[in-house]
Amino acid sequence: MGLEAVLNHPAVWRGNECARVAFAVPTGFAELDAQLPGGGWPTGAITEIYAERAGVGEMKLTVTAAARLTQEGRWLSVIAPPHVPYAPALASHGIRLERLLLIQPGSVEDNLWAAEQALRASCCGAVLLWQDHINERALRRLQLAAESASTSLFLFRSARVAPASPAALRLHVSRVQGRTIVRILKRRGGGLPAPITLDLHGTPVSRVRRPAAPRVREPLLTALF
Amino acid sequence: MLWLALRFASLPLEVYARAVRASDPLAVVSSTGTQAEIVACNDCARRRGVKQGMPPAAASALASDLQVVPRDVAAESAALERIAAWAIQFTPAVSIAPPGEVLLEIAGSLAIFGGLKRLWREVSEGLRALGYAATIACAPTPLAAQWFARAGSSVRLRNSDALRAGLAELPIEVMQPSPDALGLLQNIGARTLSDYLALPRDGMARRLGQALLDDVDRALGRLPDPRPFFTPPTFFKASQPLPAPAQEAEMLLFAARRLLVELCGYLSATASGAQRLTFSFSHHGREPTRVTLSLVSATRDADHLTNVLRERLERTALPCPATDIALESELLLPLASRNLSLLPDAGQDEEAAAQLIERLRARLGDEAVLGLKRFADHRPEYAWRPCQPGNKDTSTGLVAGRPLWLLAQPRSLGEDAAAPCYDGRLTLLAGPERIEAGWWDGHDITRDYFVASNPNEALLWIYRERDPGGRWFLHGFFA
Repeated sequence: MGLEAVLNHPAVWRGNECARVAFAVPTGFAELDAQLPGGGWPTGAITEIYAERAGVGEMKLTVTAAARLTQEGRWLSVIAPPHVPYAPALASHGIRLERLLLIQPGSVEDNLWAAEQALRASCCGAVLLWQDHINERALRRLQLAAESASTSLFLFRSARVAPASPAALRLHVSRVQGRTIVRILKRRGGGLPAPITLDLHGTPVSRVRRPAAPRVREPLLTALF
Repeated sequence: MLWLALRFASLPLEVYARAVRASDPLAVVSSTGTQAEIVACNDCARRRGVKQGMPPAAASALASDLQVVPRDVAAESAALERIAAWAIQFTPAVSIAPPGEVLLEIAGSLAIFGGLKRLWREVSEGLRALGYAATIACAPTPLAAQWFARAGSSVRLRNSDALRAGLAELPIEVMQPSPDALGLLQNIGARTLSDYLALPRDGMARRLGQALLDDVDRALGRLPDPRPFFTPPTFFKASQPLPAPAQEAEMLLFAARRLLVELCGYLSATASGAQRLTFSFSHHGREPTRVTLSLVSATRDADHLTNVLRERLERTALPCPATDIALESELLLPLASRNLSLLPDAGQDEEAAAQLIERLRARLGDEAVLGLKRFADHRPEYAWRPCQPGNKDTSTGLVAGRPLWLLAQPRSLGEDAAAPCYDGRLTLLAGPERIEAGWWDGHDITRDYFVASNPNEALLWIYRERDPGGRWFLHGFFA
């Protein structure tokens, strides 16, 4: 067996590259895929996404991968989202709505329980969970559950980054000058690349017609005569 | 023909003890006239010296905490029927031999279950899960199988030569002769069936009657021995008395689990699945508490049903301890068996999803687990609806430029020098998109929608009312 064959073996990891992971779901963003082990979101593991504030593109990052999974017939569980995910927008991103499960438990305990159930069920391709405060023990439980059925867990948390976590991938998302900046805080295989700039929302059409102050509409009949 | 005899020697005890863990002494008493005697007791009681045939007072003297319950013959025969209904999953030819035996004709089932050894194991493991201790014996004739089971010998005899040799060693008590006949046989020194077979037939017929001789001929297969086959009822109902009132979920679950295993055996025997189950927990002097499990799809998976029930019991506390659990399945639907496949297929995913939804709903409530679908309406807040998970999304139109989050209620925005504000002045990036609809149902809107961003770079979906006030509202986030 030549040296090249040994080095190319999937079980061999070389310190200067990011780890090769057998299974990953492409994120849909080539710049991001290039920096992620396996070329996408890790399956059977936790991905933590810290959004600097709501509305910086944290959800949009995951939507392409989620759409791909639902089109393969897997289910997508959305647990305790801050607002109702808007069905027409999800559909226009390619998500099959009949494969979506919206779960709104009332308490932290129930959120974690529901996430664990969804992860352990073999039907779910991805679980999206919004949960800010979560202790390390609960996180490890979720990690084990994700491993048991090779499901991806996306955990959305607010900007305060917890010091340590068993997550396989941790990202910080912010927006500067209309562009989304993704910083990788932790990935399998180590090494932290430079922040990645993504144009998530496309360049909005800058041609805005400033609305005139609304006129009082005249009754239709007078307009006709 | 090959018969499997299941003998339930401690059935009088098990109709009570199935619901309890074997750590408390328990004895069943049968009273005939003025005399009462113990007919069965559990291991714990036996260790303390309680024996079959003892008067209850003597037994209580040996074990002061002994629970003594009266024999319930009706419950025993109901239990036998339920075992028979459960056993139909192994063969269509099941026969009940009261008071404590069930017979299975298994010659045709051997190929399906992969041989006698495997079928034997499945039957004995199944009976253990049901909570019954049985002696199993296999012989070419039903009566011989019964006799071996009564003698406590778990033989597997496949041909008549082995049968003849095996029967010869059995004690004559297994034939259950009348006390007179038994006395006579013992007096002339006939201890085993081989002794009995060596005696002259005509003399035996004269002294003991033809019946015993015929029995032996049936056991040896010389005379026909037709058995009535059991037909399962079209409706499942079973109940389980608790030996002591219980209120904790775990205790109730232990007893309910056995009812569920029985139900699932019955369901697979009748090729059906249950979609709605009702448990009723009886209390002393109160209306029973009813717990109904409604399932997304019909199932006969005992583990899944137990999980759903566990979540439900942990959520609903009983008002007072229960003395009896009854299970009724109200909605039985035909459920085809799934073919086993090498690779995971879509059907498995569907089943796993249905089970997940049920488990979640059992704990969180129906309204906390939903699906979403689009609805053909131009007004953003009416363009989606919650629905049952897995419902087909029939709408096809795609609209671009919609945010991923929509606020349940539009939020009124402040204004700063005629520009809308949300954490600072907003910059309009795209728009307007005019939406004017709904005059027909009284919820009409006339709005101009814009994509805007604030100094924190959050992308927002805002609109301005097209009425004279012209107020601004926040309606969604491009998250």
